[in-house]
Amino acid sequence: MTTSQVSKSFKKLLPISALVAAFAAPAWAQDAIKIGAFLSVSGPAAFLGDPEQKTLELYIEKINAAGGVLGRKLQLISYDDSGDAEKARTFAKRLIEQDKVDVIVGGSTTGATMAAVPLVEAAQVPFVSLAGAVVIIEPVKKWVFKTPHTDRMACEKVFTDMNERKLSKVALISGTGGFDKSMRAECLKVAPTYKIQVVADETYGAGDTDMTVQLTKIKNTAGVQAVLNPGFGQGPTIVTKNFKQLAVNLPLYQSHGVASKEFIKLSGDASEGVRLPAAALLIAEQLPDSDPQKKVVVGYKQAFESKYKQEVSTFGGHAYDGLMLVVEAMRRAGSTDKAKVRDAIETTKGYVGTGGVVNMSATDHMGLDLSAFRMLEVKKGVWSPVK
Amino acid sequence: MNAQLTQFLLSGLTIGAIYALVALGFAIIYNASHVINFAQGEFVMIGGMATVSLLQFGLPLLLAIPLAVLAAVAAGMALERFAIEPARGASSVTLIIITIGASILLRGLATLVWDKKLHTVPSFSGDTPIQIGGATLLPQSLWVMGITLVIVLLLGWFFGRTLIGKAVLATSHNPVAAQLCGINVRFVLFLSFGLSAGLGAVAGILIAPITLTSWDVGVMLGLKGFAAAILGGLGSGVGAVVGGLVLGIAESMGAGYLSSAYKDAIAFVIILAVLFFMPSGLFGKKSADRV
Repeated sequence: MTTSQVSKSFKKLLPISALVAAFAAPAWAQDAIKIGAFLSVSGPAAFLGDPEQKTLELYIEKINAAGGVLGRKLQLISYDDSGDAEKARTFAKRLIEQDKVDVIVGGSTTGATMAAVPLVEAAQVPFVSLAGAVVIIEPVKKWVFKTPHTDRMACEKVFTDMNERKLSKVALISGTGGFDKSMRAECLKVAPTYKIQVVADETYGAGDTDMTVQLTKIKNTAGVQAVLNPGFGQGPTIVTKNFKQLAVNLPLYQSHGVASKEFIKLSGDASEGVRLPAAALLIAEQLPDSDPQKKVVVGYKQAFESKYKQEVSTFGGHAYDGLMLVVEAMRRAGSTDKAKVRDAIETTKGYVGTGGVVNMSATDHMGLDLSAFRMLEVKKGVWSPVK
Repeated sequence: MNAQLTQFLLSGLTIGAIYALVALGFAIIYNASHVINFAQGEFVMIGGMATVSLLQFGLPLLLAIPLAVLAAVAAGMALERFAIEPARGASSVTLIIITIGASILLRGLATLVWDKKLHTVPSFSGDTPIQIGGATLLPQSLWVMGITLVIVLLLGWFFGRTLIGKAVLATSHNPVAAQLCGINVRFVLFLSFGLSAGLGAVAGILIAPITLTSWDVGVMLGLKGFAAAILGGLGSGVGAVVGGLVLGIAESMGAGYLSSAYKDAIAFVIILAVLFFMPSGLFGKKSADRV
C-alpha cells in the first residue's frame, strides 16, 4: 500500500475505534471487586484453611447472586499457603502487586499473617486476618484487623473456668508454631492475675507424633491440677490421645485452635471431657432463642452444612465474619477506595457475627470481649456448653 | 526401673521399630543397586493412606492392610521400572536425584488421589493402655514391635536360606560376578524395590493408629529412617534394625532429659556425628579402594 492509502484507511478506522472504545468504557466500570485471600487449605493447618476457603466461596457466590456490592460483583482470588509463612508472604505479595486486590481477607495462621503484615502496611491495603494471636493487633497496625478471638482471651477464659473449679496449678504443653508460642506467652503473662501458678512448661516440635515423654514429665510434676495445651492441628490431637493413654486423669484444656468436629473425630474417645473456649457457632442449636448471636450462627451453619455436607467449624465462621465486615464497610463507605474502606472497618459497631458482637475502634482492631467466648466441653462426642 | 525411664524407653522402642523398618528398606535397595532411594518415606505414606481409603470403602481391616501393602509394592516396582531402569548406566548421584524427584511426584499424586487432611486408622486391638512397671503402653505399640520382629526374622530367613534371597545378597556383593553366575540382576533390582516398598508400607500402616497419617508423613519418616540406616551402616540389615532402635531411644531420652523442643534435631545431629567420626556406621563394611 502507498503511504496515502495507509493514512486513508487509518482515518476510516479512527471513528470506528472511537465507537468501540465508547462501548468498552462502561464495561470497565463493571469491573469486579477483587477480594484477595491466602489461606492454609492444605498442610498442618488445613483444619483452618479448608472451611475458610469454602466459606468465602459460598458467601461470595450468594452475595453476587443477590446483586453484588455497590452494583459490582465480587471476585475471589485465593492461594493456598499450606501453613507455610514463607509461602504466605509470597502469595500476599502476588495479591497486592500482580492481582491488585482491593482488600485481603486471609492469613489462616498467626505465622502466615505476621509474614504478610509488613507488605499490607507498606502497600496500604486493608487486611482482615483470620488468625488467633494477640500480637496481630497489639500494637495496633493501621491496616490490619482480625476476626478471631485472641489467644490472650482464650487464656483468660480458661483461667476463669479453673478458678470456678478451684484449680490453681496448671501445666502448659505447647508446640513451636506462631500461635502456640504466642498463646503460651500470653498465658504465662496473665496467670498471676487469676492467681494461677504454672508448674510445668513442656514443648513439642511441629511435626512430632509422640508426646508421651512430655506428658510423663507433666504427670510426675508435684501438685499439678490441670493441663492446658495451646496449639492447633496435629499436635493437640496427639497430646489428647497420649493424655488418655498415659491415664493422666487431670482436667485437660485445649485452645480454640482445635474448635472443630475434626478434632473430636481424630482424637476419638480421648477427647471426652476436654474443655475449651470457643465461639457460640459450635453450639448453635443449643443456644437460647434470646441469644443475640443465635440467628446469625444458625443461618451460617445451615448454609455451610447444606452446601458442603461437612460439619461447620469456628474457623469458617471467622472467614464469614471477615468477609461480611469488609462488605459492610464497603457499603457504608460507598466505595472500594482502600483508605475509605479501612476507615469504615475501623468504625464497625454492633456487628453480630459468628464470633460474637463486634465493636471496633482505633485502638481495638478486633472488637470482641470475653463474653464472645463460651466455655465448651466434649460430652459423648459432641460440644456442649459448660453451665 | 524408674517409671519415667520405662515410659521413655517404651516410646523410644515403638518409634524405633518403625525407623528400623524404613531403614531396612533403604538397606535393601542400597545393597542391590548402590542407590539411596529417597522415595522410601513415600511408601510409608502410601501404606497408611491407602489403608484409610480402603477402610472408607467399607473393607474390613484384615483385607485393607494386605491390599494397601500391595499398592505400595506396585508403586515401588513402577518406580524401579520407569524411573530407575531407564537410567541404569547413570552415576549414583543421578539416580539419587531421580529418587528425590520421584518422592516429590508421589507426594503430589497423593494430594490428588487423597487429600491434604489428617486421617486416622483404627488401632488393631483397641486403645486400652497396658500398665508395665508404672509406665503405660498402647496395644498398638505391641503390634508395632511384634510385627517388626517377625519381619526381621522372616527377612533373615529369606536372605539366608532361600535361593532368591541368596541371589539378592550375591548381587549386592558383586553384580558382575552375580550376572556371570546366571542371576538375573535386573529382576533382583525389581524385587528389591518391591520388597522395600512393602516394608515401608507395613511401617506406615503399623504407626498410623498412633500418629495419624497424611500426604506428607513420608518426609520426616523417610529422613529419620535414612539417619537410622546411616547410623547402622548403609547396606547392613542388622545395622538398619539396630540403628532404628538406637535412634528411637535416643530421641525419646533426648526429649525427656534434655529438651523436647529439639527432638527432631537429634536424628540429624546423629547423621553428622556418624559421617564425621564413623562413616561406615556401626555395622557397615569399611570401604577400601584398590590403588
